[in-house]
Amino acid sequence: MSATGIGASVRRKEDFRFITGKGHYTDDINRPGQAYAYFVRSPHAHAKINRIDKAEAERAPGVVAIFTGEDIAADKIGGLICGWMIHSKDGSPMKAGPHPALAQGKVRYVGDHVAVVIAETYAQAREAGEQVNVDYDVLPAVVDTGSARSVGGEPVHEVAPDNTVFEWHLGNKPETEAAFARAAHVTKLDIVNNRLIPNAMEPRAAVGDYDDGADSFTLYTTSQNPHVARLVLSAFNGIAPENKLRVIAPDVGGGFGSKIFIYAEETVCVWAAKKVNRPVKWNSDRTEAFLSDAHGRDHVTHAELATDANGMMIGLRVHTTANLGAYLSTFSSSVPTYLYAPLLSGQYNIPAIYCEVDAVYTNTAPVDAYRGAGRPEATFVIERIVEVAARELGFDPAEFRRRNFVTSYPHQTPVIMCYDAGNYGASMDKALELIDYKGFPARKAEAQRRGRLRGIGFSAYIEACGIAPSAAVGSLGAGVGLWESAEVRVNPVGTVEVLTGSHSHGQGHETTFAQLVSERLGIPIDNVTIVHGDTDKVQMGMGTYGSRSGAVGMSAIVKALDKVEAKAKKVAGYVLEASPDDIEFKDGKFTVKGTDKEIDFASVALQAYVAHKFNGQDLEPGLKEGAFYDPTNFTFPAGVHICECEIDPDTGVTRIENWVAVDDFGIVINPMIVEGQVHGGIAQGVGQALLEGTVYNEDGQLLTASYMDYCMPRAYDFPSLKVETTETRCPSNPLGIKGCGEAGAIAAPPAVINAITDALGHENIAMPATPLKVWRAVQEVQPRMAAE
Amino acid sequence: MGSGETMLVAMTVNGKAVSRDVDPRTLLVQFLRDNLRLTGTHVGCDTSQCGACVVHIDGNAVKSCTILAVACESSAVTTIEGLAAGGTLHPMQEAFREHHGLQCGFCTPGMIMTAVDMVNRRGPDLDEHTIREDLEGNICRCTGYHNIVKAVAAGAQAMGETAFKQAAE
Repeated sequence: MSATGIGASVRRKEDFRFITGKGHYTDDINRPGQAYAYFVRSPHAHAKINRIDKAEAERAPGVVAIFTGEDIAADKIGGLICGWMIHSKDGSPMKAGPHPALAQGKVRYVGDHVAVVIAETYAQAREAGEQVNVDYDVLPAVVDTGSARSVGGEPVHEVAPDNTVFEWHLGNKPETEAAFARAAHVTKLDIVNNRLIPNAMEPRAAVGDYDDGADSFTLYTTSQNPHVARLVLSAFNGIAPENKLRVIAPDVGGGFGSKIFIYAEETVCVWAAKKVNRPVKWNSDRTEAFLSDAHGRDHVTHAELATDANGMMIGLRVHTTANLGAYLSTFSSSVPTYLYAPLLSGQYNIPAIYCEVDAVYTNTAPVDAYRGAGRPEATFVIERIVEVAARELGFDPAEFRRRNFVTSYPHQTPVIMCYDAGNYGASMDKALELIDYKGFPARKAEAQRRGRLRGIGFSAYIEACGIAPSAAVGSLGAGVGLWESAEVRVNPVGTVEVLTGSHSHGQGHETTFAQLVSERLGIPIDNVTIVHGDTDKVQMGMGTYGSRSGAVGMSAIVKALDKVEAKAKKVAGYVLEASPDDIEFKDGKFTVKGTDKEIDFASVALQAYVAHKFNGQDLEPGLKEGAFYDPTNFTFPAGVHICECEIDPDTGVTRIENWVAVDDFGIVINPMIVEGQVHGGIAQGVGQALLEGTVYNEDGQLLTASYMDYCMPRAYDFPSLKVETTETRCPSNPLGIKGCGEAGAIAAPPAVINAITDALGHENIAMPATPLKVWRAVQEVQPRMAAE
Repeated sequence: MGSGETMLVAMTVNGKAVSRDVDPRTLLVQFLRDNLRLTGTHVGCDTSQCGACVVHIDGNAVKSCTILAVACESSAVTTIEGLAAGGTLHPMQEAFREHHGLQCGFCTPGMIMTAVDMVNRRGPDLDEHTIREDLEGNICRCTGYHNIVKAVAAGAQAMGETAFKQAAE
């Protein structure tokens, strides 16, 4: 392994600009003559708009223009789309209601976009916005996930009279029913997977710019996938054809899914730039982010696990109601369906699984992918019910899992997925050793002497990443293919630019991708620059989400590097007067087999461009190759996380005392960066389990719309984390990578809740397990414990 | 407000005297970002919780979203852009890079300015508990804080060594 190659913890190339304050985030971009946008938002969860009176606001100082849904409609700007078609059990397509970028006739959640005010300064836009008078007829709001279908009253969308978007299912119902009929034991569990608000630290922002000389648009925006944004803004919203629309996603301050989607604000800013013929800038404040960023999770689930007399799992049936909010966000429909139910088999050999998912509209913010997207929800179901089953059956939770682990590969589950490689027992062994499982009873007893309740909880998760084979997702309803692109440009001096369709917003691609190129071409890592996030530079790409940039994005780079090497060998052959077949390439040098004739990579690059040594008709000058890579399967990262916690029964406060994570991510490019991804994922998962609760009141008002109300994880909420890996190579991509970005967020919530319920001897603890909830549970169990 | 009246404010920012006519309600963070185009100081919330906007005013860490620019008249302000001396990174900056204390980089300027202040107040020997407690006012969504805590401890030690060397010279 070289100091900067695959497997080395290379310090990040991107860090210098961030630690010196020289990053370029969207809000750092200012265009000459720019005006500022402020969005007038609905204060009601559900209301008819009778009239919008903007006359007074238009007279306010500094106002340039005010637009409403009428203007959007007049310009025939298309609505925001959902790009994944789900069909119900009866074959009918999902019921997608209209989603205009500015409301037309009705508002459907608090924060819904009613008008945009554009003014000379942001303060003027905001002040004028407060003078836009909107006459509403307020309607009863549909808020609660579980009762959205039966609440009656005016539905959120006419197209869905009972607020049902679809009734979908997966698996084999008769086989599952048969398994339950012969079960020795059935474990039943009701679960709420709490709604979360993603909260990337950089709020969303956009600068729309219109060049009237060229009749072309540029949108600077906080996007994880600028090419997808351009595609949607062109093909569906009709802003401009793709050749007249450039989308730039510069440094982006975290995404976690929330910056995948094409939102109203960005769409309006780029459209309005032409209307006012000035750049239009918008930057979300934090409360706007709480109100209008797509939220995550929000499932209500009943699950049942059937086991036989030997403690083997024989069937799983799950019914979930998934809240998709007021509108179908870009990929919302895929999250509680194909990103969820196919993961319900977990790491276990379960012969029969059947899952039903009813998706509902409510008068709340749209719900879409948030770190893990469907897989945390699935993992919470399976890892909670497995833990409860182990307790009911009297098994040690580690042993119960181990006896049901999948142990041979490939393993076809009853719910689509074919696991290609893994060693779940190895991760479990290592995790048990790292947490000192044998010492736990002594630690528990010691805690008890101090008046504390100590618990231990497991989570043996699996996820499907590296999304995804285009044909496969196409057959499941995706409107796009999920390949990735790369272009490797070798300069005449031997330095390299790699253009990638992946987008880095914290993941460190500028370093890890350069490690791959440095090792492969035998050139210093400083000679490699990674270019991303600009549709004028990178031709096309699908962006970063679903832990796909290593497995799919880097595989595309490998393919392009293969082509570069093949071409370079031809050039070297001419220079060294040998057949390309006799040229070997190693450590940055081309040699003629069996001779001492050699030429280094930089010299070959120069020869490719001067083209003196070969006829340009036989071999084209230059050294630049592109590739598209379409994966052949999902990848299946898996691992075991163990949480050990202590509860103060007097206050209900839960402290995490130990955390062990053992993950199998396949081949790891940069262990330092991978560990960092795991740390961050765990923090978000612990946040879900202990701290983060999204609260709408019955009128649909978001009560948790600031950092004073929504509890973000802080440094003191965590102990030092023990993070290690095991390794089975992923067989379905050239680098053997599985992906690591979402694992922590997927694994952590059930580990925490299993630890708390272990400590309490009480299974009914809803997330977030706040001190109040835990204290109440303690009050219920303490008399019981005292009696025992 | 909105009467269009402005006030002249003068202060020293990163060692340079600056003065501007500003709307009196301009926050220091807006003054830095919009008037001076020092965009390293970030705004991550509206409620003074996240700490992305931390700068030093006369040597003390302050959330620059909680103070008016005009209240900083005659003060000496240091932002993330002014932390490195000449071409040399501050030891705390170096520690954040060395220990992978940042991912997306958005909270990083505030984290680093807070960490430097922590060492200035408490000295270079910071235990993990103290660091975690003292980071209460800085939110990071990427790192789970694990490597930030490591970076702050290492940066503190390095600051101590630098101060020791300077005292010895």
